[in-house]
Amino acid sequence: MSRTLDPTPDTLDDAATAPPDTVRLSRTQLVMRRFWRPLSAKLGAIGLGIVLLLAIFGPSIAQWEHDVVDTSAFLMGPSAEHWFGTTQGGRDVFAMTMRGLRLSLIIGFAVASIQVFLSAVIGAIAAYYGKVIDTAILWIIDLLLVIPSFLLIAVVSQQFAGSQGSLTMFIILLAGFGWMLSARVVRAMTKSVVSLEYVTAAKFMSVPSPVIIFKHVIPNISSYLIIDFTLGVVRAIMSETALSYFGFGVQSPDTSLGTLLAQGAPRATTSGWVFLAPALVLVFILLSVNFLGDSLRDALDPSSKSGGEV
Amino acid sequence: MAKFVVRRVASYLVLLFVATSLAYIIASIALDPRAIIDVTNASLNRQAIENTLTAYNINPSDPLLLRYWRWLTAVVTEWDWGFTPRGESVNDLVSVRAWVSVRLVTLGTFIGIITGVLTGAWSAVRQYTKADHVVSTSSLVFISTPVIVLAVVLQILAIKFNQATGTQFFEFIGETGATGDYFGAGLVDRLQHLVLPTLSISLFSAAVYSRYQRNLMLDTLGADYVRTARAKGLRKPLAIRRHALRNAIIPMATFFAFDIATIFVGAAITEILFGWHGMGEYLIQSVQRQDINGITATAAFSGATILVGATLSDILIAAVDPRVRS
Repeated sequence: MSRTLDPTPDTLDDAATAPPDTVRLSRTQLVMRRFWRPLSAKLGAIGLGIVLLLAIFGPSIAQWEHDVVDTSAFLMGPSAEHWFGTTQGGRDVFAMTMRGLRLSLIIGFAVASIQVFLSAVIGAIAAYYGKVIDTAILWIIDLLLVIPSFLLIAVVSQQFAGSQGSLTMFIILLAGFGWMLSARVVRAMTKSVVSLEYVTAAKFMSVPSPVIIFKHVIPNISSYLIIDFTLGVVRAIMSETALSYFGFGVQSPDTSLGTLLAQGAPRATTSGWVFLAPALVLVFILLSVNFLGDSLRDALDPSSKSGGEV
Repeated sequence: MAKFVVRRVASYLVLLFVATSLAYIIASIALDPRAIIDVTNASLNRQAIENTLTAYNINPSDPLLLRYWRWLTAVVTEWDWGFTPRGESVNDLVSVRAWVSVRLVTLGTFIGIITGVLTGAWSAVRQYTKADHVVSTSSLVFISTPVIVLAVVLQILAIKFNQATGTQFFEFIGETGATGDYFGAGLVDRLQHLVLPTLSISLFSAAVYSRYQRNLMLDTLGADYVRTARAKGLRKPLAIRRHALRNAIIPMATFFAFDIATIFVGAAITEILFGWHGMGEYLIQSVQRQDINGITATAAFSGATILVGATLSDILIAAVDPRVRS
């Protein structure tokens, strides 16, 4: 209602181009408005902010290094010296949790970025070129879906355990086995886009195919990709935790939330602090990202009612 | 219809063959069964070990393609999936463990599906009310709680409950335990052991389903045919049940089919934390114990269950949607 009625509209034309009492919002403004309305979006954003701050500054405010053994305190409860207590091996749980939080976040965001990129490009290529390429890509996707990825990641990551590039390798493995389902969705969504007039026009103007795919096809599905990214972060963190829990992921002396949970779970009833700290942090990260993703999905949905009255 | 199903099944079988072969080859390259043997022990008869490994067809010094060919002929001609490095038959292990998995996951899966669909539909009808917010928030909380955390928290709560009441109401180690000698004691004992693992399996999937179901249901609730049903005088609960809910469940069929398939090996964490010796646990152990044949067998097993799920969902969708059949 910011615009008041023009008292004397000169012509009919003028009145039509400037509707009297509506506020014009661009798409970005509309999405942001819808996004910020629900409480869950604010909670998610604040939560993720706290998690990011902890991941960046947590290890430096900890009094101990995550791989230092305090030989005077094995499996001790929380105290002034060790805020969250120590593990069986005499390592500080707070420092380890912060280190694990940082690794989990790095893995989550790196894996999700690679996955979204792969699924967008491969899905769009399948839809754009069609025919033999489409069939081949679909077949590879089906094959990778049938192979139990968990098993292969476990087998291969054991080979790299403890070596210099093990984290990078782990990220590549998780991303390499995680893009298939989204690629199928992207392919289905871009199928209708590649036959639109402006894509055909670009082809006839001999715009190179990669440019068409990146500039004219993929932007159409950006809202799906954004949502897929948040889900990918959650999935990657959960897979990392499960793999590390079984001893196939991040290896000692480095630590992740999964390895900490594996140490804490058997003793959760007697010395709960080893389990509780990483468990709470893990649920907190996942909850923040899920809250954000949920609000994003609501905000990006064209038929969404979550924006309220404009 | 029959032709369509046969064509899909044939292509799935080819996929399964390639996937299993890939799993065998990757496992054979990456793993070394000699790693589980204590090499520092000087009194070991090394030649005997080599001979045993060759007899089990898992000796890394034999050429890979030769091993693959031997393994393939044994599987195809005698349905013999080979031996673990300790000499146990993989066939025997899998046939016992598969049933343990069935007993563990069946109840949890169905409870998860039914609870998820019901709460999702219920909250969709009450969109943006307090009830909807409560259901949505709690399902987001359960989605964000990995099964490792959930299972351990359940165990802690169960111990607190048992201590407070001075009973052993919640049992959470293994499948069976000490039983009384009254009628049906065995069944009661099994059920007591099932409560917590079933909860830990069903809460997560119920939460996921309720999110999907809510979104689908919101779409169908606004559909024209529901409005028509109301306009012709159908009462609201009936219109929702007969028209909105039925149409919203159809797309869920795919999720159910795949979920039932993947849960067999996906319940590994639940199995380990609650001491059940099923397929999920075997999957983890086979990697830890350098068990090439075991890995291949579990890969084939889980691939087969996924494809059965995919075929089921194909049939379901083809039965519902005539356009797919052509």
